[in-house]
Amino acid sequence: MKIHKYDTVIVGAGGAGMRAAIESTKRSRTAVLTKLYPTRSHTGAAQGGMAAALANVEEDNWEWHTFDTIKGGDYLVDQDAAEILAKEAIDAVLDLEKMGLPFNRTPDGTIDQRRFGGHSRNHGEAPVRRSCYAADRTGHMILQTLYQNCVKEGVEFFNEFYVLDQLLVEVDGVKKSAGVVAYELATGEIHVFQAKAVIYASGGTGKFFKVTSNAHTLTGDGQAAVYRRGLPLEDMEFFQFHPTGIWRMGILLTEGARGEGGILRNKDGERFMEKYAPVMKDLASRDVVSRSIYTEIREGRGCGPEGDHVYLDLTHLPPEQLDAKLPDITEFARTYLGIEPYTDPIPIQPTAHYAMGGIPTNVEGEVLADNTTVVPGLYAAGEVACVSVHGANRLGTNSLLDINVFGKRAGIAAAEYSATVGHVELPEDPASLVVGQIERLRAATGNERVADIRRELQECMDANVMVFRTEQTIKTAVEKIAELRERYLNVSVQDKGKRFNTDLLEAVELGNLLDLAEVMAVSALARKESRGGHYREDYPNRDDVNFMRHTMAYREVGDDGTESIRLDYKPVVQTRYQPMERKY
Amino acid sequence: MATPTLDKADAAGTAEPGFADSPYITATFRIRRFNPENSAEAVWEDFQLEIDPKERVLDALHKIKWDLDGTLTFRRSCAHGICGSDAMRINGKNRLACKTLIKDINPAKPITVEPIKGLTVLKDLVVDMEPFFQAYRDVMPFLVTKETNEPTRERLQSAEDRERFDDTTKCILCAACTSSCPVFWNDGQYFGPAAIVNAHRFIFDSRDDAGEQRLEILNDKDGVWRCRTTFNCTDACPRGIEVTKAIQEVKRALITRRF
Repeated sequence: MKIHKYDTVIVGAGGAGMRAAIESTKRSRTAVLTKLYPTRSHTGAAQGGMAAALANVEEDNWEWHTFDTIKGGDYLVDQDAAEILAKEAIDAVLDLEKMGLPFNRTPDGTIDQRRFGGHSRNHGEAPVRRSCYAADRTGHMILQTLYQNCVKEGVEFFNEFYVLDQLLVEVDGVKKSAGVVAYELATGEIHVFQAKAVIYASGGTGKFFKVTSNAHTLTGDGQAAVYRRGLPLEDMEFFQFHPTGIWRMGILLTEGARGEGGILRNKDGERFMEKYAPVMKDLASRDVVSRSIYTEIREGRGCGPEGDHVYLDLTHLPPEQLDAKLPDITEFARTYLGIEPYTDPIPIQPTAHYAMGGIPTNVEGEVLADNTTVVPGLYAAGEVACVSVHGANRLGTNSLLDINVFGKRAGIAAAEYSATVGHVELPEDPASLVVGQIERLRAATGNERVADIRRELQECMDANVMVFRTEQTIKTAVEKIAELRERYLNVSVQDKGKRFNTDLLEAVELGNLLDLAEVMAVSALARKESRGGHYREDYPNRDDVNFMRHTMAYREVGDDGTESIRLDYKPVVQTRYQPMERKY
Repeated sequence: MATPTLDKADAAGTAEPGFADSPYITATFRIRRFNPENSAEAVWEDFQLEIDPKERVLDALHKIKWDLDGTLTFRRSCAHGICGSDAMRINGKNRLACKTLIKDINPAKPITVEPIKGLTVLKDLVVDMEPFFQAYRDVMPFLVTKETNEPTRERLQSAEDRERFDDTTKCILCAACTSSCPVFWNDGQYFGPAAIVNAHRFIFDSRDDAGEQRLEILNDKDGVWRCRTTFNCTDACPRGIEVTKAIQEVKRALITRRF
């Protein structure tokens, strides 16, 4: 075991982690621990753009953006946080441009902007061009630009270091962060990083679904690490299903395709979104479009021999426009489906895309131990966190924005905090939990296999807690997850070695997925209403009287060692927007 | 290899192997295995799979790892050609395993999969990427501006100026180009195509002021002049970047000092 000492440790090197690192490296001695090489992070898969009311191409302002974000999140958004997001969006985009990001340009040479779902002029009048973009590879450009600037600033990376545990130590009755424990993939060695401040920026948890746009590596590692140490997870029942994933594969086809004029059609060629969202049509918010697609499929208007998908039609757009604005996604269609998007519509289905919930934080990125108490020295930003700026449903282009605004805020706040305090003393035997976990998995001889349990988990989640949910389906999921967690105790790995043991890594990741799937299902069962991405067929309406509140899920361990989930609730911060019925 | 052949053959005569009434075929994956914890020698190992030829090579590797041999080790993440984790040598050519469909690489014969060349193999298909990233870092891969007063709004850039370096912004640092370059195989000191591509991305960016410095770095004996224009890099690039052309543009800029 090796012990390292830093002021600030950042867990994860996607957009939020690197944006934080650029700030904190200037202000404090910082280490970035990342499971993947930084440029492998899934920020790079984001396509369509980053929202900011620059008003470069038409009238716009941050107040309209704030409203759209709150409405898009079905009023579960904390309105003070949404206002910060929309206001600071403008500087966040300009910061990236100054760092070198090659945005597409208008004829005047300013940053070009395009339409995106749920973003509107004057509180819902019509779609507005708010998304700043670089072709359909905006996330790739953000990830590359941030990495380039990390190289410029001399950020210290520990690549392929997998953080497995969060160290919390009670000092004078207050639980503080003391550091993290990481597993070095190349050698199998355990490392303890003592740090005054820790920032989680480890991304999402989409891999508990089967059809997902998420990378194989998005297994909720950060959420699981803090949750196991007794800290809450907020609004985990809210998961976004992106309307346009490649049929069966789940690979993302950007909403920018519809922003550029693409149209969704059913088997009769009908532009069905006109029925469900007369004003915004194909650019309604994602939860609305995903439900509409499944409604078409359920009512027998799906495409293909099994009627299990619909089409994204780009054939009426000029090939030059597709080449210039949507080169990557048209290439995906050619590569993976053998389809030419110039002439043929692309088969799509909703794909599990984004966790609105996560580790609760305030607007400075400080992690909360309950509804109000901050954990000194602990921060989170990006998809791993829940500020909450996305509420019950995130708007497209608001996540690339979120990582930049709150990554920067967390980086500054953490570094400033670590400049004012000393290190918290490490607990005795700080790596014991991780060593035990790794050794147990390595030595296990049980007859269960990681791949079987993961497959069953993913199939169960797709079948029961996707776009449509009922008490019955969620209960089925809760029971199945409990069974899988039991079987997980008998899991064994074939690779017993120390060097690059990805077999072992996948077993650890599966443990995280099982914990978080359970939190999601239990949170979803208790929310007896429909709001944003959480749609209950048995409670089809939003219920502001009983459920205008955030879910806070805590892991509890009884005296006999039995684990359970305790649910609590946190009020939503409302400033100037009263909840209204959501129509697009 | 007794591989059943599908009845229908397309006009070009390249038969799609597979059962007429089932999408599945039997394919052999011949994988280069190396684990220094067990043996100092690398060996070839064959795995037979029933698999839909429309699936990716990455899907085949996962099937092997998940169902047959958990010790098989490779990097991967996004699985659709954007993260750059899974560059490997498939049937002798550098490709991303997640962008290569089995039907496109003649599954009638054993499909060979080995690590990319020129970088130290750590285990199976995993190589040491550090020298590759070091070369990248050495070309100053970030925007440098001399202006003393930063503008309050964005810098202006015309669509034409933006277009000049568009191609090289696509790079995902997968190393498929660099590890396909015979010059790099023989001399790991050579910057390699990927580093030059990333230098190009900034040299030709109208907002950047450090072009001269980057050109001097690449004027070094291990710089662009080592390129022998074999076009391996362009063939290997999974993002379709015209790598050799970018290298030529850097060479030309070195001669003319115009960029």
